[in-house]
Parts: sequence; structure tokens; C-alpha cells
Amino acid sequence: MSMPVRVDGSALRDSKWSQYTLRFLFGGIVTAIAGLVAQHYGPVIAGLLLAFPAIFPASATLIEKHEKQKKEKKGMSGTVRGRQAASVDAAGSAMGSLGLLVFAVIIWRFLPAHSAWAVLIAATVAWAVVSVFVWQIRKRGIRRWRGR
Amino acid sequence: MIQILIRFLVGGAVVSVFALIGDVLKPKSFAGLFGAAPSVALATLGLTLATKGASYASIEARSMIAGAIAFFIFASLVSWSLMRYRFRALWVTTGAMPFWFAVAFGLWSVALK
Repeated sequence: MSMPVRVDGSALRDSKWSQYTLRFLFGGIVTAIAGLVAQHYGPVIAGLLLAFPAIFPASATLIEKHEKQKKEKKGMSGTVRGRQAASVDAAGSAMGSLGLLVFAVIIWRFLPAHSAWAVLIAATVAWAVVSVFVWQIRKRGIRRWRGR
Repeated sequence: MIQILIRFLVGGAVVSVFALIGDVLKPKSFAGLFGAAPSVALATLGLTLATKGASYASIEARSMIAGAIAFFIFASLVSWSLMRYRFRALWVTTGAMPFWFAVAFGLWSVALK
């Protein structure tokens, strides 16, 4: 049976402030660089950076570490489990990037003809809807494949 | 300089919020969706709209399509490599980063230049 979507705060308890600071720094640096690139090279090049996987290495490392520690607390080696968890998270991000694509298309097509803030909100909602939709399809596909 | 500082703070905050949401969600494949949240885009486009206007933001969004395609290839490659090989997540994610640049700038040179 597949796991339902739920909220689990254990990752927050197990994390150190330095890990959150690192992600804040990466996110802030990439946003600042996108601004600098726009100033020097224009919006066409800077736009590429809006979909840059800024915190991906930090997040994947964090997930791998958490899963490894969980297994090791139970007296087992968690190396493989940690790597698998990071892989599954990356697969989720690949699905989310399809939502990111739709987000970009909506903003490109509907600005500047429509209210800017309404377009931003609509694009964000579209990102969430498309990402969850793709995730659901993949989940059903895996379930069907396993049922064979 | 102040504008860059504002970008840094807003970008860091938005990215952190989406990362925290991803941290508390299970299963991992669902939480992973937030790894591709439009966090940098929301921070940048919001500030761009306020300072340079909607036409400028629209041009950035058009290029973002190439970045998103590159993100999909990057994340798929990372997921496959972590499942297939015995490398640490940090090495795989940083090692795959040149692929993001290659695809994003490749699409830029073919379709956007």
C-alpha cells in the first residue's frame, strides 16, 4: 500500500540551524546573482537562473543524512537507505520541475497584459496543481506496475 | 547595493519557507516537489515587477522555461544516479550541476539568443 501525504515534524527536530542557514544563504545568493546578471547581461540570461537548483545539493545531503541517522539509531547501516531517500526526493523534484515549466509559461504568456500580482498567484497555484497531478499519475503508474 | 541586499534577504527567506514545507512533508517523493518550487523565481519576479515592470519580468519568465527543462533533466539524472551508483548525494548533486548549465545555456543559444 502506498503512503498517504502527511506532515511529520521529526526532520525539523533533527536538523541543525546551520543547515537552514546554509539553504537561506544559497537561496539569497542565487536571487542576488540573478539580479546582478540581469543588470549586466539582461533579462534573457538572468531568466535562466530563475529555475536554477539553488538548494538542491544542500537538501539532498540533509535528507541522506537524516535517513542514515534514523537507520543507525536502530543499529543498522543507513548508507543505502540514505542514498535511496535522496534519490526519491530528487524524483519528486523532477516532477515538480514540470510544474515549474508551467509556472514560467503562464508568466511569460500573461504578462504584461494582465494584473501582475494576479498572474504571479495564478502561476504559483498552477505550479502546485501540475506538480501534484504529475505526482499522482506517477504514483498510480507505480501501483499498477507493482500489481502486475 | 541596497537592492542586491534586499534581493538576498527576500530570496533567502522565500527559498527557506519552501524548503521547510518540503522538510515536514511525507512521503519523500511528495516532499521532493518542493525542491522544484518557484522560490527563486517568486522572489526575483516580485522584485523585478516592482522595479522594472511586467514586460521585463515576462522576458525573464520566457528564459525560465529553458531553466525549468534543464532542472527536469538535472533532477532526473540525480535521482537515477543515486539509485544506480554508490556515490554520496553531495557529489552526485554537485557533479550533475554542469548538466543544468549545459542544457539551460544550450537551449538559450538555440532558441532564445
